[in-house]
Amino acid sequence: MNTAAAPAAPVHAPSGAWLVALPVALFIAVLLLWPVATVLYAALADGHGGLTFAHVEAFFSLSIMREAFGNSLAVSFGAVVLAALIAVPLAYLTVRFEFRGAAIVQTLGVLPLVMPPFVGAVAMQLLFGRNGSVNLLLNDAFGFRIPFMEGLYGVIFVEGLHYFPFILLNLVAAMRNVDSAMEEAAQNLGCHGFRLFRRVVFPLALPGFVAGASLVFVKVFDDLGTPLVLNVTNMLAPQAYLRITSVGVEDPIGYVIAALMVVASIAALALAARITRGRDFATLTRGGGATRRRRLAGWRAVAAYAWVLLVLALVLSPHLGILLLSVSRVWSFSVLPEGFTLAHYGVVLTDSAGMIGNTLLYCSLAALIDVALGVAIAWLVLRTSLPGRRWLDWGASAALAIPGIVLAIGYLRAFRGMELPFGWGAFTASWVAIMLAYSVRRLPYAVRACVAALEQVHASLEEAAQSLGASRWRTVRRVVVPLMAGGILAGFVTSFITAAVELSATILLVTRESQAPLSYGIYLYNQSIATRGPAAALGVIAVVIVALGTFASHRLLERRSNVEAANP
Amino acid sequence: MPKHRALRASLCLAALALCAQAAAETVTVVTSFPKELTAAYKKAFEAKFPNDKLEILNKNTAAGIAFVREQPVGSRPEVFWASAPDAFEVLSSSKLLQKADAANPAVPAKIGSYPINDPEGMYYGQALAGYGIMWNTRYLAANKLPEPREWADLAKPEYHGHVAISSPSRSGTTHLTVETILQGEGWQKGWAQILAITGNCAAITERSFGVPDGVANGQYGIGLVIDFFGLAARNSGMPVEFVYPSVTAIVPANIALVAGSKAPEAGKRFIQFALSDEGQQLLLDKQISRLPVLPATYAKAPAGYPNPFTGKIQAKVNFDSNLSESRYFVVLALFDQMVTFRHKELAAATKAIHDAQRRLGGKPSRELDEARRLVLTPPIDEKQASDKTLETTFKADKKDAEASRRRAQVEEEWGTRAKANYAKAIELANAAK
Repeated sequence: MNTAAAPAAPVHAPSGAWLVALPVALFIAVLLLWPVATVLYAALADGHGGLTFAHVEAFFSLSIMREAFGNSLAVSFGAVVLAALIAVPLAYLTVRFEFRGAAIVQTLGVLPLVMPPFVGAVAMQLLFGRNGSVNLLLNDAFGFRIPFMEGLYGVIFVEGLHYFPFILLNLVAAMRNVDSAMEEAAQNLGCHGFRLFRRVVFPLALPGFVAGASLVFVKVFDDLGTPLVLNVTNMLAPQAYLRITSVGVEDPIGYVIAALMVVASIAALALAARITRGRDFATLTRGGGATRRRRLAGWRAVAAYAWVLLVLALVLSPHLGILLLSVSRVWSFSVLPEGFTLAHYGVVLTDSAGMIGNTLLYCSLAALIDVALGVAIAWLVLRTSLPGRRWLDWGASAALAIPGIVLAIGYLRAFRGMELPFGWGAFTASWVAIMLAYSVRRLPYAVRACVAALEQVHASLEEAAQSLGASRWRTVRRVVVPLMAGGILAGFVTSFITAAVELSATILLVTRESQAPLSYGIYLYNQSIATRGPAAALGVIAVVIVALGTFASHRLLERRSNVEAANP
Repeated sequence: MPKHRALRASLCLAALALCAQAAAETVTVVTSFPKELTAAYKKAFEAKFPNDKLEILNKNTAAGIAFVREQPVGSRPEVFWASAPDAFEVLSSSKLLQKADAANPAVPAKIGSYPINDPEGMYYGQALAGYGIMWNTRYLAANKLPEPREWADLAKPEYHGHVAISSPSRSGTTHLTVETILQGEGWQKGWAQILAITGNCAAITERSFGVPDGVANGQYGIGLVIDFFGLAARNSGMPVEFVYPSVTAIVPANIALVAGSKAPEAGKRFIQFALSDEGQQLLLDKQISRLPVLPATYAKAPAGYPNPFTGKIQAKVNFDSNLSESRYFVVLALFDQMVTFRHKELAAATKAIHDAQRRLGGKPSRELDEARRLVLTPPIDEKQASDKTLETTFKADKKDAEASRRRAQVEEEWGTRAKANYAKAIELANAAK
């Protein structure tokens, strides 16, 4: 692998760089920064051009809003704790011990990308609800129930189960980098078992844990679909949605909620950065392959396998549940559904084929825009000396901290009354707004993928092309982009699949059913008892689309690394 | 600008699809109705009028009103179609509706004492809805519970922890149910019944749909719901049943032509279609199961389909919508302060009373009577509830700081009182001998 970054990046004449940088900067400024700024301004505007905290005060004087704020914080923390309880033992067991099935456990990392929590939430009611499968069995056998799904617990349970892989992935990566000599030294000094983990391994892997935990926090805080599907509205995201849709885009409280969500997201990410900064986590050598895996024996092995099996069963339950629901005739107050049918798929394919088409259209366009911008940003950052080029990267990455619902509210306000050309009607009522919101939200993924890809292309290849007389544009087209192809495709697929299951922004921006994508369809079908089956069927179709995309991107990445391994 | 580039690219991609639709007239319908209902009407309407296209905007009622209000004249949707009659009053008084002259003369003027069509002709009843009790038969069998018939049944001790209702401040449907009970039983007796039932509830759900959803999938045993939720679930094979108790009201779900729309003629066509025998028959679909406003349509209904025009559903209550409107906010606030926000305490007090009753075995007890009185009495009587000053306090503009302060004070008083009463009731019931 050729990972050496070009030590002396060729300095291009700024004029060309400016031509590329300007549209990129405009895109980020107009479609990300400005809408978010209007939201923040609306939360603080006094209506006469000045600023005021009156709306914020009004927000906190409403008991329902205080409750919603508290609930959102509690649910996000709860989900982080649950996710950590699942992820930390899994990471420790699979990285530090000889463990059969470690690969399967670590593959679970892609699950939240494949299926967002709101898709499986209805099936979770049937499996874990008051009279769901598990509680019916528990009650029959032992005479008690566990309130998994009661109110806020249900949201915590569903979100924790879905988002734990973010902690798992980061922690596994961090643990692999911990020098095993540290552990061996501790063991030689008589430190074993839980103490070893608590005093040595976990503190050294803390940056990975914090990075994962902050992501879980932000994701849960932002999530609108899960509380709505579980009939919980006393949280911030559902309240923002209800205020903006029913009181109208003039409602200041809606903007205060949105502003608070931005602040909380940024605070969580900043706190994570702060916790890991100012402490020395570095160890002299990287652990990696050098780590000697320990062997589990006796009751410890039994306990470890039992724990992993239990977690696997839990993690796969929403997926299994949604599959069962999509083919079941009746499922009510029983452990398993009775009667199976494919009719729900028929309903979905006849009534909602358009939604599937819409998803494919919006997400491919959004992903195309993303990789185009991603390549441009990567090139500007790595190959030019344009002043302030890092700001483009940071600006694009800022989308990570902006909740989808906030971006959508920003669009509704910032672009109100803006008409599209050709008599297409209002911008905010058209699918173009949905597609652009997707592309902004998924831009950070594409940028990371493209920057990583370009870092692996040595600048000497471009110099060679240019010294052979190729123009700069021709060099980019014939040399750089083909060499980056794998990374570009990976960025495209990641943007595509994560946009395909995006609901927070979608639900606010969809006005007409004929323009609705799949994710909105799942939500809509879930609003009626008679169409629970079709909702599940649509969910399964979404999962299949996304799973195919994920699989394709893995294959592409694999092929690329094989090619590189063959030609070092 | 890349935005324009993106626009142009997307324009090209979608151009073909659009060309095909350019000639058709589009009827845009804002509705709170579920997908299976709108899909059936879309299919039937477009089959009958091949040149028209039906576009559905699915929004909850409040969001629908806000949407219509915020659209400029000329690009508003054509039709508004929803359950809550008060939504149409709001639209009508904001001059957002126009007369469609689309009434079907075969539709009777009134159901009970309630006019089906707006007397001013701005909106039309399109289906009828009554409120009732839905239960999961498997749940009741597993818990060995009898089937309920009347609201009063739900207050019985054996149903404790098995019932569900949604909060009326979050659901117009539940507000109508609560108001129906208040009007049917009288203020004091009505609140006593409501508090006794909600004391038995396992949950006060955030949305009205949470109740039928929870009953259908067996999370709750019994729910207070609007009829089509229960009937549609039963008819699509769910193990649920539904009854109309004798104190119920039948009110119309409405449809109206929005003023300032793009294609009012096409909108009118859809309204006429929805009110015609053909459109009414779609309501009988087993997944939809709503009550047609056209009496003749019931001839095509399957056996056992409830027909409000034959007197089979006894709607004893003559629903007074003026009374309901005048105390709307007061009833909502009372319910939230006594029930929604204090549900844990209310359920505990109700359970203590049930336990004491069982322990005493029917023996009269002053403590128990006092405990009941504390739990089941609303803080204000009917006269106070319709009091003009209270009404204005609750109706005042939210920006009126003085009014909102007074309102918060009144609400706080009710809430604190309810909490103290429930605590005292538990003490008394536990001490009852």
